[in-house]
This record gives sequence, structure tokens and C-alpha cells, in this order.
Amino acid sequence: MSDPNDPMAEIRASFFIECEELLEALQDGLQSLDDGDEDTETINVVFRAVHSIKGGAGAFGLEALVRFAHRFETVLDEVRAGRMTPDADALKIFFQCADHLSDLVRVSRDDGDLPDDKTAELLQHLDDLLGETGAPEEEAEEEIDFQPAVLSLDLDFGDAEDDGDVAELPSLDELPSPLTNTFTIKFRPENDLFDTGNEPFHMLRSLDEMGECKVTCHMDSLPEFADLIPEQSYLYWTVELQSDVDEAEISAAFEFVEGLCTLEISKQASDAVTEYELPDDAATDVDADAGTPEMDQTDAAMPSLPEISEAPAVSEVPDIAESDGSQKEDQVTPTAAEKPASPATPKSPSPAAAAKSVVRVDLDRIERLVNLVGELVINQAMLSQSLESSGLSPHSDAMNGLEEFQRLTRDIQDSVMMIRAQPVKSLFQRMSRIVREASAAVGKDVRLHTEGESTEVDKTVIERLADPLTHMIRNAVDHGLESSADRIAAGKPEEGRVNLTAAHRSGRVVIEVSDDGGGINRPKVLQIAIDKGLIPEDANLSDSEIDNLLFLPGFSTATVVSDLSGRGVGMDVVRTSIQALGGRITITSTPGVGTTFSISLPLTLAVLDGMVVQVADETLVLPLNVVIETLTLTNEDVEMVRPGANVVRVRSGFVPLFDLGQELGYRAPVEDYEGSVVLLIAHEDGSRAALIIDSIQDQRQVVIKGLDDSFYRAPGIAAATILGDGQIALILDTSDIITNAIGAAGSPSAQNLTGLSA
Amino acid sequence: MSDKETSNTIELLTFQLADQEYSLDIMSVREIRGWTRTTPLPHAPSYMKGVINLRGTVLPVMDLSERLGLKPQKQTERNVIIVVKHEDTMTGLLVDAVSDIIALTSEDLQPPPEMQSADSASVVSALTLIDERMIRVLDLSSIVTSAQSNAA
Repeated sequence: MSDPNDPMAEIRASFFIECEELLEALQDGLQSLDDGDEDTETINVVFRAVHSIKGGAGAFGLEALVRFAHRFETVLDEVRAGRMTPDADALKIFFQCADHLSDLVRVSRDDGDLPDDKTAELLQHLDDLLGETGAPEEEAEEEIDFQPAVLSLDLDFGDAEDDGDVAELPSLDELPSPLTNTFTIKFRPENDLFDTGNEPFHMLRSLDEMGECKVTCHMDSLPEFADLIPEQSYLYWTVELQSDVDEAEISAAFEFVEGLCTLEISKQASDAVTEYELPDDAATDVDADAGTPEMDQTDAAMPSLPEISEAPAVSEVPDIAESDGSQKEDQVTPTAAEKPASPATPKSPSPAAAAKSVVRVDLDRIERLVNLVGELVINQAMLSQSLESSGLSPHSDAMNGLEEFQRLTRDIQDSVMMIRAQPVKSLFQRMSRIVREASAAVGKDVRLHTEGESTEVDKTVIERLADPLTHMIRNAVDHGLESSADRIAAGKPEEGRVNLTAAHRSGRVVIEVSDDGGGINRPKVLQIAIDKGLIPEDANLSDSEIDNLLFLPGFSTATVVSDLSGRGVGMDVVRTSIQALGGRITITSTPGVGTTFSISLPLTLAVLDGMVVQVADETLVLPLNVVIETLTLTNEDVEMVRPGANVVRVRSGFVPLFDLGQELGYRAPVEDYEGSVVLLIAHEDGSRAALIIDSIQDQRQVVIKGLDDSFYRAPGIAAATILGDGQIALILDTSDIITNAIGAAGSPSAQNLTGLSA
Repeated sequence: MSDKETSNTIELLTFQLADQEYSLDIMSVREIRGWTRTTPLPHAPSYMKGVINLRGTVLPVMDLSERLGLKPQKQTERNVIIVVKHEDTMTGLLVDAVSDIIALTSEDLQPPPEMQSADSASVVSALTLIDERMIRVLDLSSIVTSAQSNAA
């Protein structure tokens, strides 16, 4: 199966992509079970996810995956049938199993080494769960027996052949469990059943799993070959099942196709097989569909199937179903075999067919599109600049057209960015696994609460956020939360709580990691910083300054270096990676109540709404979202706190005043403040500052061009952009500038060194 | 210098810096551009002139004479920027004027005498004589990489 030239390789690849989605659904389902959701549909979703993975894995001969998924499924089935109520411990095992299942999927995909120990351990846990409920335990080997049958689907698996295959199935069945009841199940699939990608074989097989099973296929309604309509369902089955299961469980086997077939289940004492008469309405169905034009396509495909007279119902329709019974398959790989059948789908008004259509696109193509749009924006800026300078009337056709062009450019840009945006859900799910593993490692009882999973962020941001977030989550579990004993002593619930939330706030994405732990132990942090020589011994720091010491390189508060964290490569690395994404991270902590880390990120890494300003003949761009107000100063507005440190009075508040030209080293500080233009800026952490600039030029979208940091990392500069005239303008990182300015103001000698270098 | 029997031919791009002649291996030169105004970077070392727009990418430009410790030249329209690529980094070098492309063999190159201060020890990798004029062959990697470590 690992042969790269394998014709199955493509299908296999799409199976793994689908597995990702199924695993996501599985995680989701388990999470809502964990949150107390008792809806049977939730359990069904979980069950179906595992079931579908098992089914697909079977088709590709991934034995380890099948075996594990099967056992997992068996236990979930107990839950589904209501024979077992999952308690907290069981759910924990389910989560571990889900994690392990995703490990197995990954290992199977990459042909890595199977983690057999872990598998055995989890299987043991699952068996224990089963043991509690006293359910019949199936041999794992039994599942392996099914594989040849599944693989045989690669051949054209028609309805008529069903008969043969399914009839053999009872011989595989050697269940030791006592058989108490005899059921007669009449099952007649309608066309819609095949149109929606379902497969009777799977249902018959799951019946077979329940007990001793005798399947009869009825072909009496089959027309002559000449009259045969290949997309029409002609066959029906009578199944005689001896099992100790109840009726609900049998109908559960058909739950996917509810409404798509005629199903009758009757319980009886005798072994008699009742003949099954065709319901009249089903017969009319046949006529109704007979004349549809789509049939031509499949008719054309018929000649390729030679010895058809014996099995006339062989058609394209079961082909879709064989992939693994899920409609998603349609989106994943529209293989040649499926195509003739898919046009048939729209004609059936089946509710199950309303899957949303998704296109998978190579990321490189999107990248190219994003780059092109970036060029378009720059070009548009150049064009408008040259048109403006040519002295055209603003009401001329050219200028009106340009305005329209500008609007379109912006729309295109937004749409392209939307393609790249992804919900943070996948990231959060990964974090829930981190919490489980971390809490198990340190022996704390932790619950992760997530919010805003559907918040969309640029794909690159999501990818590059995984590591820092993992770090922060581990920190929260390891350092943030107290031990269970301490929590009880503090009057808190024993179970610790970690919140992970995402939200859009004023054009940025804010992701918060908070815990309800003891908060930052400030005296301890201060002492460690002094011990490590990070700050002078007599330093007098405010609470938030102490909190920010955590971000210093080489700082670690854990008294005991644990497996999880405390190696001193912590928060400074986190901060660096967040800053590399154009983001900022802040801490708030209340002793005894908890700590919150807040990450604020730009929505996209490619474009920015900027305010274009002029300082000392240089054009600079500030992110528009930090500018809250613009002012023109008079000398009376400016008050001196001490030499070199001025504040400006804005209404009733005082805001520190900085001269941008001086801070960037472009010119000497302004002497006379009369008439200076000032931007009032505010950051997420609530800090405010006023920046003196020479003039405001424009507000416009700019395309972010990265600066080559390896060469020279300019302080206070986030990136660069290209203006309409082809000149480069620097994009400022205002919070960095202000931090630097405050630092420089604290030590005047540093100011002299850095100032006026250009 | 006209001894072409050896196959080891080197082509050098020669240019003027503060009335002296320097040269670079032509293989590292990507293009030569006319002077454009640079956007200065705040708090950058004085030899960092800033960045320019090179067809959509941001190209850092350094004044080569200041980088070499020569007295800074007055920037005029006649200055040119040599765009060089070292490893994967593109850099612009501001020089007074580009003179010529010369071809010579490795035998024509003489190692510089051991008399330089430690600071600029490896910047000039060789010397050669053309028409009785001494031409200094610059070692690009030491110019570009040590600038990087300085900045970091």
C-alpha cells in the first residue's frame, strides 16, 4: 500500500484527509459529551466518526488502525445503545483513545512505527470499560476477517453480487454469545439511498455483527436487461437475524438511510422466512425516475461491462457507495467512476444530499494569488498618484473610474484574504489534547474551556501560533494552576480550569489563555529575577512590570523543573514568536484568582490599514487601528513632568508625549509645540501615548513587505511597504517605539547615544 | 596579466570608492542600478543607508565607503548601487562609480601584505595591478556577514 505508484495512492491520500475531518468531528463530539451534552445524536456522531475511519482503514488494509478503531467503536456502541453511561473516567479514556486514533492515523499515513504499547494499554482500558457493562466482547481478530470482503469492493460490486457476498457472511460469524431472539428484517433500498452514497452491504454487515444472520436477496423485480435502468434500485433483502440485541439496535444499523429505504423489523419466535412483497409506492418511484435524461450517461457506460446479463443491476451507483459510504468522498476525489453517477444526485430531493461543496486548493496557488493582489494594490496606488498629479479634474471620468477600481481592488483583496482565513478550531482542538496530556503528567485535574472556535485567522498565523500556544497552555497547567490540595484549601473546586478564547476585536484577533489558579507569585518572581541578575537588587517595579519579567530570556519560576516546562526557554520565546507575527502579548494577573495571557494578532500578514504620515521628510505608516485621535497642539497643552519627559493634556487625562522624529533618530526634538500635529494612540493593554508628527498624508491600505531582519533589526519598525511613487515607507510598531522611548528616557545617556545618528 | 593559458579565469567588476579602485567577483553581482533615494532605517549604523524598492522587494543598501571606514562620500545622482547576492541575502552597495569589467587569472592576484588592523583584516582579500593602478579585491562575505553580526 505504500507504493507511490499505487493507483490507490490518491484515494488513500484523500482517505487520510477525510480522517482529519472525522477526527475533528470525533473530538468535537467527545468535547460536547464532556460538557454534559446527552443528546443521542452527539454519541452517534462520535460513533460514526470512528466507524468511518475503521471502514476506510479496512479498505486500505491498515490493520492496526482497524483493530483499534473497532474496539473503540464497540465500546462507543455500548454507550450509543444506552447500556453504558460514560462517566468522567470513561470520557477521559475516550479522549485518550481519540488522541491515539489520530496518532495511529498519522503513523499509518507516514508508514511510521506503530505505538503498540500504547495501543495495548488503551485496549485494556477499553476492555475494562466493556467488562463493567458486561457486554459481549468481540474478538479483535474477527474484524480482520472482514477485510477481504471490503477489499473485494474494488471490483465492481453490484447489487446482484451482493447476494453472493452477503450470503457467505454468516460463515464468518462465530459469536459465542447466547442467541435469544429471532428477527425478520425486510430491507428495500430506494434510489435515494444510492444517490446519497450509502451502501447496503455495510448495513447487512453490521447486522451480521449482531448475531447469526441469514440474508436472502430478492431479484424478482429485476427487469430484462434491455429494460434495465442502471441507476434504478431493483433489489431487496430479507434478513433473518438471531441475536440477543433489541430492535432499537437493529434499526440503528439503518439510521444513516432512514427515509431512504423501506424497512420492516419484526420479532418472531419461529425461524420462518416471510416473503416480502414490494410496496406499491416503491414501484411508482421506479417509473417516476425512468425517463430522466441523466440516464444517458450511465447507459453510455454500460457497454464497458461485458457479461452483464447475469447481473444486470451492476451499475455505477454502488461505485460511489463502495468508497466508504460517506458523501464527503464526492468532494474529495471525484474519480472517474463516480462522475457518471454524480449528476444523478441533484434530482433527488434528499435532505441528506445537501453537503456543502468544498474545493481543495494547493496552498502555493493561493500564495501566488495573494502576491499578485499585493502587486495590484501597489499598482493601483501608483496609478492613482500619477492621475492625481496629472491635474485631472476630480469629477472626470478617469477619476471616477479610478475610484471604482479602488473599491474593486479592495474587494478582491478582502476575498483573497478570506480564502486564507481558517477557523482556529483545529488549533484549539490540538490544545485540548495538550491540556489532557499536561494535566496527566503533573497529576492535576484540569478542564479546558474553549470559546470562539469559529474565529477565522490567516492560515499562516494559525500554523505559527501552535508552538507558542502549546507553551502557554502547558505553563497554565503546570505553573498557573495550584495543586489539587492547594485548590481545596483555597476554597476552589478541585478541578482546575483553563480558558482558551478567540475573538475579533477592532480589526485584530485576540486570543486569551487564562487559568483560575493562584495568579503570579510576584515576590517570588521578583526574587528570582534578582537572583538571576536580570534586574538590580534595589529595583522598584510595579506589579505589571514584575509580571513582564516573565518574558525576560532565561527566566523560569518553577522551583522544580518538570517534564513540561521550566527549562527557562519559556515566555521569551513565546513573545518573540508572537512579535514575529506582528502580534503582542500581555499578562494580567490577580493573586488568588488567576492569570490571563492575551495575544493580539493582526488578521492578516499581508495587508494593513495604515495611516500615512510625514516625519522629518520621511514617509511613515502607522497601523490605523492604534490611532484613536488626532490633535493639534498648543503650547498650553503640553506640561513638563521632568526635563525630557512631557505629557499632553487630553481632556481630563494626561498622556505621555513623544516626538516621533526624535525617537526614530531622524531629527532633533521639537522645541515649540505650537501647532504640532499629534496622534493619540492606544494599545490593547490600555496604554496610551501621544506622538508628534509633522503631517498626516493619507489613510490607505498598504501591502506589508517584510524587512530582512537578519541584516539589521531596526527598533520600532514592524515592516515596510511600497508607496504609490515606488518609495519605501516603514511601518511602525508603536508599542515597541514607546517601550524604547520609555526605556531611553529612564537613562538619558542611552538617549544621547541613539539620537541623531542619521 | 594577459597570460591566458591557465583556465582559472576570474572576472572582476571594478568601481571607484573615494578615488580608489576596488573590485568584486562579478559572479556575486546581480545588477547595477542608478542612485535612488533610500528610506533610512532608524538607529541604524551610519553605513546603513536604508532600504530601496527593488521591483517589489525591500533591499537594504549600505554605503560601501563608510562600511570600509573611508570618509563618507557626498551622495550625488552619479552614484550607483551594485546589487550583490551573498548566500541568500541580497544587498545593495552604494559606490561612487562603476569602471570596468576585467578578466584575470588567479596568478595575477597577490595576497594583501600583513599590515592591516584587525578591524578590516579580511575585507580586502587580494590585490592586483592593472595599468599600474592597484585594484583591491573585496571579500564580499566579510562585508555583508560582519555587518549582520554587528547589527545583531
